Amino acid sequence: MARLSAAERHMVRFTLNGRAVEAQAEPRMLLTDFLRHELGVTGTHVGCEHGVCGACTVEIDGVPARACLTLAVQADGATIRTVEGLAPEPGRLSILQEAFRRHHALQCGFCTAGILMSLDNYLKRQPDPSEDALREFLGGHICRCTGYVPIVAAAMDAARRLREPSSDV
Amino acid sequence: MKPARFDYIRAGDLAEAHHALAEFGNDARLIAGGQTLMPMLSMRLVRPQVVVDIMHLPALRGIETTGNAIRIGAGVRQAELLAWPKLAEQLPLLKAALPWVGHAQTRSRGTVCGSAAHADPSAEIPLCLLALDATIELSSRRGRRRVAAAEFFTGMMTTARAENELIEAVHIPARQTGTGYAFNEFGRRHGDFAIVACAAIVTAANVRLAVGGVADRPALRDFGALDGKALDDALDVFAWTLDARDDLHATARYRRELVRQMGRETIEEARRWHA
Amino acid sequence: MSSVANSPPWCGQSVERVEDAALLTGRGRFIDDLPTRPGTLHAAILRSPHAHARLTAVRTDAARALPGVAAVLAGADIQKLSSSLVVGVKAKVECWPIATDRVRYVGEPVAVVVAASRYLAEDAIDLIEVDYEPLPAIVDPVAALDPAAPVLHEGLTSNLASERTFRYGEPEQAFADAAHRVAVTIRYPRNSCTPMETYGLVAEYDAGEDAYDVLANFMGPFSLHAVMARALKVPGNRFRLRTPPDSGGSFGVKQGVFPYVVLMGVAARVTGQPVKWIEDRLEHLAASVSATNRVTTLEAAVDADGRVRALAFDQLEDVGAHIRAPEPATLYRMHGNLTGAYDIRHVSVRNRVALTNKTPTGLNRGFGGPQVYYALERLMQRVAVQLKLDPIDVIRRNLIPSGAFPYRTATGALLDSGDYVKAFEIALEDGSFAALRERQAQARAQGRLYGIGLTAAVEPSVSNMGYITTVLTPDERRKAGPKNGAQATATVSLDPLGGVTVNVASVPQGQGHRTVLAQIVADDLGLKPSDIRVVTDFDSGRDAWSIASGNYSSRFAAAVGGAAKLASGRIKAKLARMAAAQLNVPADDIEFAAGKVRARGNPDNALLFSRLAAASHWSPGLVPEENQALRETAFWSPPELTPPTEHDEINSSLCHGFIFDFCGVEIDRVTGEPRIDKYVTMHDCGTILHPGMVAGQVTGGFAHAVGAALYEEYAYGEDGSFLTGTFADYLVPTAMEIPAPVILHYETPSPFTPLGAKGVGEGNCMSTPVCLANAVADALGLDAIDLPLTPAKLAAHIHGAESTPPQQERAAPPPGKGRALHGAGQAYVDAAPDAVWRMLLDPNTLASIIPGAHGVEKVTDTHFRADVTLGVGPVTGRYKADIRLSDLDAPRAVTLTGVVTGALGDARGTGRITLAPDSSGTQVAYDYDAAIGGKVASIGGRLLDGAARVVIRQFFAALVRHTGGKPAKRGFFARLFGSGA
Repeated sequence: MARLSAAERHMVRFTLNGRAVEAQAEPRMLLTDFLRHELGVTGTHVGCEHGVCGACTVEIDGVPARACLTLAVQADGATIRTVEGLAPEPGRLSILQEAFRRHHALQCGFCTAGILMSLDNYLKRQPDPSEDALREFLGGHICRCTGYVPIVAAAMDAARRLREPSSDV
Repeated sequence: MKPARFDYIRAGDLAEAHHALAEFGNDARLIAGGQTLMPMLSMRLVRPQVVVDIMHLPALRGIETTGNAIRIGAGVRQAELLAWPKLAEQLPLLKAALPWVGHAQTRSRGTVCGSAAHADPSAEIPLCLLALDATIELSSRRGRRRVAAAEFFTGMMTTARAENELIEAVHIPARQTGTGYAFNEFGRRHGDFAIVACAAIVTAANVRLAVGGVADRPALRDFGALDGKALDDALDVFAWTLDARDDLHATARYRRELVRQMGRETIEEARRWHA
Repeated sequence: MSSVANSPPWCGQSVERVEDAALLTGRGRFIDDLPTRPGTLHAAILRSPHAHARLTAVRTDAARALPGVAAVLAGADIQKLSSSLVVGVKAKVECWPIATDRVRYVGEPVAVVVAASRYLAEDAIDLIEVDYEPLPAIVDPVAALDPAAPVLHEGLTSNLASERTFRYGEPEQAFADAAHRVAVTIRYPRNSCTPMETYGLVAEYDAGEDAYDVLANFMGPFSLHAVMARALKVPGNRFRLRTPPDSGGSFGVKQGVFPYVVLMGVAARVTGQPVKWIEDRLEHLAASVSATNRVTTLEAAVDADGRVRALAFDQLEDVGAHIRAPEPATLYRMHGNLTGAYDIRHVSVRNRVALTNKTPTGLNRGFGGPQVYYALERLMQRVAVQLKLDPIDVIRRNLIPSGAFPYRTATGALLDSGDYVKAFEIALEDGSFAALRERQAQARAQGRLYGIGLTAAVEPSVSNMGYITTVLTPDERRKAGPKNGAQATATVSLDPLGGVTVNVASVPQGQGHRTVLAQIVADDLGLKPSDIRVVTDFDSGRDAWSIASGNYSSRFAAAVGGAAKLASGRIKAKLARMAAAQLNVPADDIEFAAGKVRARGNPDNALLFSRLAAASHWSPGLVPEENQALRETAFWSPPELTPPTEHDEINSSLCHGFIFDFCGVEIDRVTGEPRIDKYVTMHDCGTILHPGMVAGQVTGGFAHAVGAALYEEYAYGEDGSFLTGTFADYLVPTAMEIPAPVILHYETPSPFTPLGAKGVGEGNCMSTPVCLANAVADALGLDAIDLPLTPAKLAAHIHGAESTPPQQERAAPPPGKGRALHGAGQAYVDAAPDAVWRMLLDPNTLASIIPGAHGVEKVTDTHFRADVTLGVGPVTGRYKADIRLSDLDAPRAVTLTGVVTGALGDARGTGRITLAPDSSGTQVAYDYDAAIGGKVASIGGRLLDGAARVVIRQFFAALVRHTGGKPAKRGFFARLFGSGA
């Protein structure tokens, strides 16, 4: 039985945006802190640290999850995607990211990474959502700037474009 | 807002989990989905000596039909149950209730049994387990036992689980023919803890209403064949017995009124289903 | 000089934002995303669990001894190296960023730990022991002014920090002549716009130069730079304040980081290392800043036709525990606009500022507007109801007439431009008001609860830095010297390759300043926005700035955008003269277009902009009389912003937008939940520079307002405990709760700003809460209604009288809000009273019945101390319990007082136990009151009462068991807690 001692740091390894990464963490370290301050991947933001606001949402093993409600050691061996992994290449945005820019679906941009990670996952599973279903899904996030209207518009627009056969991202 | 220090054990099999519980008892906390435990750790409301991760136990995964019941293992996430193809056919009450559990982004990690273990008086899953006469399968190094939901939820965030036990699964009776089910909830925002949640199960001979969010645990009453004003009167008595409280979000009187009115609406909805 | 462009101007187009690519790909640079110097330490703050208590001891030895801890600082340590923050009223009060001798609100800093990591710092926080001597707390501002109320600050004789009365026109005569008098009294609650990014800063101190360098996500106003420098006891040039490139929202709130700048500046000085502090969400909710709560009585003198002739305001502002700069600005920001959008010439005002045991207040979107309009627009609805008039007619009749602009209000504001009546009529038409009335009629015919609300408002922007001095008397102002203006600054510079860079001190928090400035300067210089680089991260040591700099009072588009236009214009004028010499045409005939500088009418006679722009670097001789065309900084302060007059008239803001809102709200008969069926909002915000961003500001402000109206409240218990300490209790609306408003525009450019633009970001925070309340009042036929409009509150007006509880069930516990628990019960004990009494008084009794006791120390026969573990379910904690027996009346009664304190919170309770002979035994009865405060009250409120009852139950169950008690007939516990523990 592997027991990781409280006061020591332990190696945590997982796949992040397609690449193997590793760093050390105490058992109590939150995945948010591990990503941001140990791995230096700061796009995932911390808004409440109690699982309500959704700013820290990342994809863990294919499902959206609150990174602040996850211990780094729990993520050992997992496959994780963060906002840094969304764009197809530097200087290019994904269809969802482009829709956000076109619809002014962000202002301060602090909560945006979590919303993008949620929606990216959702639109793969629900390519043709109703606006009501989309709003219910977005109910797991708090944005203080936009009033949500442009976020809903951007997501619906992105869904439409993603359904077109030529879309690749 | 960071957790205090604890050891972490990733249990590789059930025996390891049992062993850790036997060794540390109440100083150990099991973590499955972590959606409730993690905020408590970060706020330092809970300060275990050791956190035991049970999400890597193959034995706890899976939804199985066993006889006339559905066995849901401790590793089954709420989203997995919601996506189970037979859910509407086998567990229509949970089909109706699960979308009210947190948000998609927390159901993706939170487990069915974790919600039962936490026993929040407003939570939907304990309410459904009670309404459906589910049993909770507990195991420890010393053995295994089953506890009916009615005996399992003993109060505010407290259950009949012993310190050395873990919930291995819940067993929920599958849908009975000739039975109607309905679920309703009111919270301040969608995804919030219920101010009042109602689950109704109606058969030809009986009307059952279970209510969450009002008493210190989910509460249930069978009304037999009552209908019309007699049912309203009985609901009124039920509402009074629930020991409703004022809190920040609603008054006791408001909660009682929702039990009467929303309870009745939920029963009628179950009746329509039944018909 | 001309600026004719061949393509349509960039301003007015919804161009994509330059900010977005980085933000969408996780490459934003928010404060906690930035690298820190090696050796940077991390701070955590121990905060008061009490609303009001004397600090008798702060023991930090154990915390200091923890490996990794660099320093532990209490109030006295901070006081040694700093001075009190300057207070904006003439009162003998100090304002420290940390508690010194007393704590005055839940969440007030008590000690700072600086350690190698935040985790370690929080570990050390747990090891600090503080002795508090609780004092009575004052939560309600009206109660605070009671002569018997405890006074919060030693230098004051009461909790009244400021009082002023004002009189404009002939209000007494107008009231004497009025056909009707209509009045409302409202209590505006506390709330906050809670930006998603919390406060954060990194502070450094250079001992060699005695200088501070602080990076903080502060938003201004930079008048507070002076406050911080003075508190740190250095000249302004030795306090360098910088901001990160990105900030995760502010809405006013991040003004409130400034006391922490002082606190952590001292911590950096003490440790000799950089100190980083990132506020967590619990800290933010409890102790950042709140909008003010206010009690207002507003009365109108009204003609028979609904024309309002005079207003009498009585405003009591609650600024919380300290008058922290720039308060009481919330109360005076709207002073010029107290008559709203209406032509009312007679006004009297009494303004009072009270101190209470709540978090100090500060800037918050709408800043004073929500409080004023809630009273004014509730009043306008009441005028219509009481005079049986159509509320539409009442508004129409009172609006400032067309053609009256610029219009000077009775209290001194100069409303720059507008046609309120026309915008109002367009809104009714384009927003289909008649159809909404029809919809309401249909709903009502079906027995549904449907109301319509209206609001007209003036949205001020670009604050006059002098408005706050209206709190002083004219005499005091003469002594202090005049204060006024709103200096805006912008710098436009050219690099050696001819590139254009714009620097401003506007400190954006998501408003897209970089994009709009690029549009403005691109239009001016005939370039594309992508040709312009805009730098908005601020550095007080390098940038042009003044006290009005910053991102507040919706000043960006009107003031900062205008200053950038002026700076660009100066560069452009120089470039035009250089080009004129080279192209052999008069400078007046030079135009800037399509990246060229050319002769108008002969586009081939042209120079590349970049080549001309680089010329000053490479060949200064080409610009002999100018010396250079490299960099221009414009300072702009509008002359209209004058100081308050001798008669206290104040033009509190430069620009005034107009808003007219109407909405339809339906209320569910079962749940009482209000649903916004339709919301229409008309804005005249002057010239629109970027329609997409204006829509974003309106929709975002609307969402904040819906939150304030329906969901959000910083709630306090009667004992001052803070009840909404998490996002599970402070309810921020999500996509499920915010409908899309219909947004309409009518543009009248401001004559006072370089671009004709006015502010637009705060208006709906002012207009929407009262519009929704008016709809709810209309739906339910209510005379009075306060925010937030919670379902339970509204349902109380729908559900009617409740049935009586069945005989065998208990009575309903009294309604209450707070953490007070009351309970009583009794049990039969099979022993005579004397025997029970001896057991109760036996010192060993308490030892055996205190739940979770680890050992009881007997101080005297009637005083005990114990370490106990208490909790419910998984939530357990160790506490120190102090228990005393008093008022002994053997063998009949004894009072038991317990105080329990620990990291999770504290509880104190008093129970009176009485013994009465009953056949061969004794009836043991008791009655108790308990109150719970601290962390667990703030974050666990939903479960706390139930949890506390469990613990109290354990105690009394053990007591009764110890004395040999038996369950009573109907279930022992049911009776024990029978009247509402």
